[in-house]
Amino acid sequence: MTASEAAARFERQYADHRRARIAASTLFWVAFAICFAVSVVVSKFDVVALLQGLPRTGDFIVKMVPPIGWSSFGADIAEWYWGIGKWLTSLLNTLLMAYLATVLGTAIGGALSFLAARNLVKSYAVYWTTRRVLEIARTVPDIVWALLFVLAFGIGPLPGVLAITVHTLGAQGKLFAEVNENVSMLPIEGVRASGGNWLQEMRFGVLPQALPNYMSYTFWRIELNVRSATIVGFVGAGGIGHDLFTSIQLLYFADAGAILLIVVATIMAIDMLSERYRHRLIGKEHLSQ
Amino acid sequence: MLSIKALTKIYGQVAAVDSVSFDVPAGQMVGIIGRSGAGKSTLLRMINRLTDASSGQVFFREGEETVDVGRLAGRKLLEWRGRCAMVFQQFNLVPRLPVLTNVMVGRLGQRATLPTLFGLFGEEDRALAIRALDRLDLVSHALYRADALSGGQQQRVAIARALVQEPRILLADEPIASLDLRNATIVMDALRRINREDGITVISNLHLLQTARDYCDRIIAMRKGAVVFDGKPAELTDALSREIYAVGAGSEEEVAMAFGATSAMPSH
Repeated sequence: MTASEAAARFERQYADHRRARIAASTLFWVAFAICFAVSVVVSKFDVVALLQGLPRTGDFIVKMVPPIGWSSFGADIAEWYWGIGKWLTSLLNTLLMAYLATVLGTAIGGALSFLAARNLVKSYAVYWTTRRVLEIARTVPDIVWALLFVLAFGIGPLPGVLAITVHTLGAQGKLFAEVNENVSMLPIEGVRASGGNWLQEMRFGVLPQALPNYMSYTFWRIELNVRSATIVGFVGAGGIGHDLFTSIQLLYFADAGAILLIVVATIMAIDMLSERYRHRLIGKEHLSQ
Repeated sequence: MLSIKALTKIYGQVAAVDSVSFDVPAGQMVGIIGRSGAGKSTLLRMINRLTDASSGQVFFREGEETVDVGRLAGRKLLEWRGRCAMVFQQFNLVPRLPVLTNVMVGRLGQRATLPTLFGLFGEEDRALAIRALDRLDLVSHALYRADALSGGQQQRVAIARALVQEPRILLADEPIASLDLRNATIVMDALRRINREDGITVISNLHLLQTARDYCDRIIAMRKGAVVFDGKPAELTDALSREIYAVGAGSEEEVAMAFGATSAMPSH
């Protein structure tokens, strides 16, 4: 075969290859457009209604901030935040709910994560069952768990803590299990060859390898759980979410605005702190390798 | 004495280890040589039951006691692994744990599970670990993280971990294949010293024929899962060793390496 023949043959193959690529991407974009159109129709997404409604949202925001004058700035703020003592107590309540639920959920989910890692358990039945349990705990939203637990245990922080704990154990269990599946098997074999049993293999072979990732996920989970702890308050699980919900229901918009600002500031602060810490954790790990 | 009888491991259609039999008297230092894929690792791993045999038996006899290794289960199996320590080509330490903790992993088999899960070991365990590290010149590194150490140092930590198991047998699976010459010599010297001073039987897979000649009382050569030579190093002729390494589709490099002058040499 001469060089020009080879080039011509490649040209033909290349044309085929391109045609196939274009056909595939056309198909993808057509499917994408259809799905988009269907969702717009089904969700009654209407640009006109959206534009008409926007000013009302603006009104709501304006109502949430009372008039604040320069000359009477301090007094106005004090007036706006008349309930600060009560709200901070509620906020503390919410933070403690999130903290407790994160600790409990991480402990239980962490323990289950070893059974949900394919490389660590021999029995497929154990692996399968654990995975399904984690899935159920995770896929039911925490607000739904909260509703269930409020019905069972009555109004108060306890159902909130339980709800977030259940969701957390499901999420942590799955994430940790994935970390576990990526650890090196060599140290595990080292422990096994020394006469260690399964628990000792997990403790000395897996845990030290996986711990930095566990920590990173756990700090992230604290961020998420502070948000969740606020939201479950809406269905009677106490804390700052309960105060927020009550003030909206009673149309005390200024109160709602004040509380909302507290919540946003708190979550931002936690986000920044945990992000800094997580980066340090991951950075340190990279340096040592 | 360790007795291996018709030990076989079949993966799919291939016999990785094909009816291997030999006895190892207590205190011997045995080198198992052969090309990669000859079944050396599988053989070693069937002795401490990291791998189960397809057929055949392993017996360990000491005094009145006879252990049928293939039938061990549960607690008894873990005890056997404790008495039959192993070091690996990749050291198999826990990278993020301190050297001292890595050595104390060797005590796990002899401790109640619960305290160890909280990282609690006895004072005797710590003393034992420090004595083992001292023999391997590593006490000054006891609190360093294992992954901060060089390969040679890590392998010595692994040997210290094996020592605190107070084993009767030490299996070494290519202990120096990942090390440079100087570290290879230090590690092989350490294995032989343990063999001589403690009377621990050492069975080591070795890539390099010369290392086996230099360090071992006895050489067992394997090819395609079967034993093709078993005797004193002096009895292994050049013609025979060429056959062990050269026959079959293999790289010239590997053959050259096996015979090369780059083997670890005894330092005395």
